[in-house]
Amino acid sequence: MDIRFSGFGGQGIIKSGILVGKAASLFDNKYGTMTQSFGPEARGGACSAQIVVDDSPVLYPYIVAPEILVTMSQEAYEKFTDELIPGGILLTDTDLVKSEQFRKDVKVYSIPSTRIAEELGNRIFANVVMIGFFTAVTKVVSPEAMKKAIPGAVPSRFIDINIEAFDRGYNYGLEQLKEAKGSRKKKAAVAA
Amino acid sequence: MKADPIGVATGSYYIDGDHACAEGAIAAGCRFLAGYPITPSTEVAERVAERFPKVGGMFIQMEDELASMAAVVGASWTGTKSMTVTSGPGFSLMMENLGLGAMMETPCVVVNVQRGGPSTGLPTLTGQADMMQARWGSHGDYEIIALSPNSPQECFDLTITAFNLSEQWRVPVLFMMDECVGHMTEKVVIPEPDEIEVLPRKYYQGDKESYRPFKFNGAADLAPMIKAGDGYFIHITGLTHDERGYPIINAEAQGKNVSHLVDKIRNNVEKISIFEEDCIDDADVVVVSYGISSRVALKAVEDARAKGIKVGTLRLVTVWPFPEGRIQQLAGKVKSFVVPEINMGQIVLEVERAAKGKAKAILVPHAGGWVHDPDDILAAIEEGAA
Repeated sequence: MDIRFSGFGGQGIIKSGILVGKAASLFDNKYGTMTQSFGPEARGGACSAQIVVDDSPVLYPYIVAPEILVTMSQEAYEKFTDELIPGGILLTDTDLVKSEQFRKDVKVYSIPSTRIAEELGNRIFANVVMIGFFTAVTKVVSPEAMKKAIPGAVPSRFIDINIEAFDRGYNYGLEQLKEAKGSRKKKAAVAA
Repeated sequence: MKADPIGVATGSYYIDGDHACAEGAIAAGCRFLAGYPITPSTEVAERVAERFPKVGGMFIQMEDELASMAAVVGASWTGTKSMTVTSGPGFSLMMENLGLGAMMETPCVVVNVQRGGPSTGLPTLTGQADMMQARWGSHGDYEIIALSPNSPQECFDLTITAFNLSEQWRVPVLFMMDECVGHMTEKVVIPEPDEIEVLPRKYYQGDKESYRPFKFNGAADLAPMIKAGDGYFIHITGLTHDERGYPIINAEAQGKNVSHLVDKIRNNVEKISIFEEDCIDDADVVVVSYGISSRVALKAVEDARAKGIKVGTLRLVTVWPFPEGRIQQLAGKVKSFVVPEINMGQIVLEVERAAKGKAKAILVPHAGGWVHDPDDILAAIEEGAA
């Protein structure tokens, strides 16, 4: 399973990759290999973390054909959207990624992760809201593993607020899934 | 001897190869690092600099890599396990004093997180093009030991092995990582201290007058060392010397001194060499690889086996000394060797030399900046099996 997290420098994109990889490798009994892009493009501009999650040891360390793309900035969306495989999953921040038309051949789920983080007191939590959303929608890692991965990756006084951010994103994701299911049924009924 | 618990951060972590290398060094008992920051190796020094004060170690950011290597050689003679960390351009600058370390038979570890070269090349992207420099980089005749890890876990485990080998053979050991492994984040398990074997330095115990810092017999029982400051009057030098360490400038002394430097490794290749083999017995083709390329090659090997090709693997954990004898044995049995490496052809030359024309050696080159496309390795395996 090839996954790319993307956004701009400062949004905690690399941290997102570390959290997902850590959850998969340490708490879900899977193998997770994370690589990140270094260089001038990581400052201010589009920045990304790549993770390969598998049930057996990862041989080729880089992503080849991402099945999941998480984008938290317009620039990252435009840079990476074409590489997502048909049938893949695109996750976006509703307020930061605008599109007249998302690709028709992928499933798109959006969450106002930055807005929710601001409600929690600081936009710095936006990446963790997004990870909660990612966990609910993609099911690549279990929510239990993700919550175990958070302590140790954030300062101890911020653990609770990060767990709350995670839950907000996770619950938002579950609702989206329900809605998506409902609208598919509706569409099917109309077609019939 | 077991590892000192103070340096062992037992637990499961999700860290990159650079950080794992730092933890391996501290677990191995390294307490001195002199270095100069350079991408993609800086994270090793950063972690060591952060952890050393808590374990009684000392980190010095030197003025450059020449001084770094000199400080490491000096520190080792105080009885402190010592290391430096760098990448290509810094590695080039270390070569003169690496030779000094080899000539004075000084245990130490030099980490090179390889990036694309030559010159400043590709600071943030991977390469494996310093492998021949590792063997031949300093002038004169000497032998060296070099290891090549292929995962963050191995960056931990094999850094300990590197320190142990350097103590056992009294030689600088080169830890040839690459950017991909250094910056790759994976699960790393750091065991309990009593599960980690650490080779302590062998010290001289006897009367001070009869101490000899060197023993030129080309064998595994090397002269024990002493610590600077313990009251011994000894002399060590980069000049050709006798067993007392005093310079003697003639052909006879050179013969004894240099033959020993070379023979202590060459005569013991089987004791030093570490390699992993898989499905070798009925193989038509054997893929010889090291470092990150050995992982990527496995992907190609899986694909080749699915096509019914009999392909085995020989993965070099220690690249130097080169396991010439093993390649010779295999050359009589297999059609060809396939050697993928992120350079334009270095270790393939060793494979070719050892095979002595009995099997083909097919290079899968890559100029650097990324790892191989497994399909390129697969194509070479198919060519080798035909």
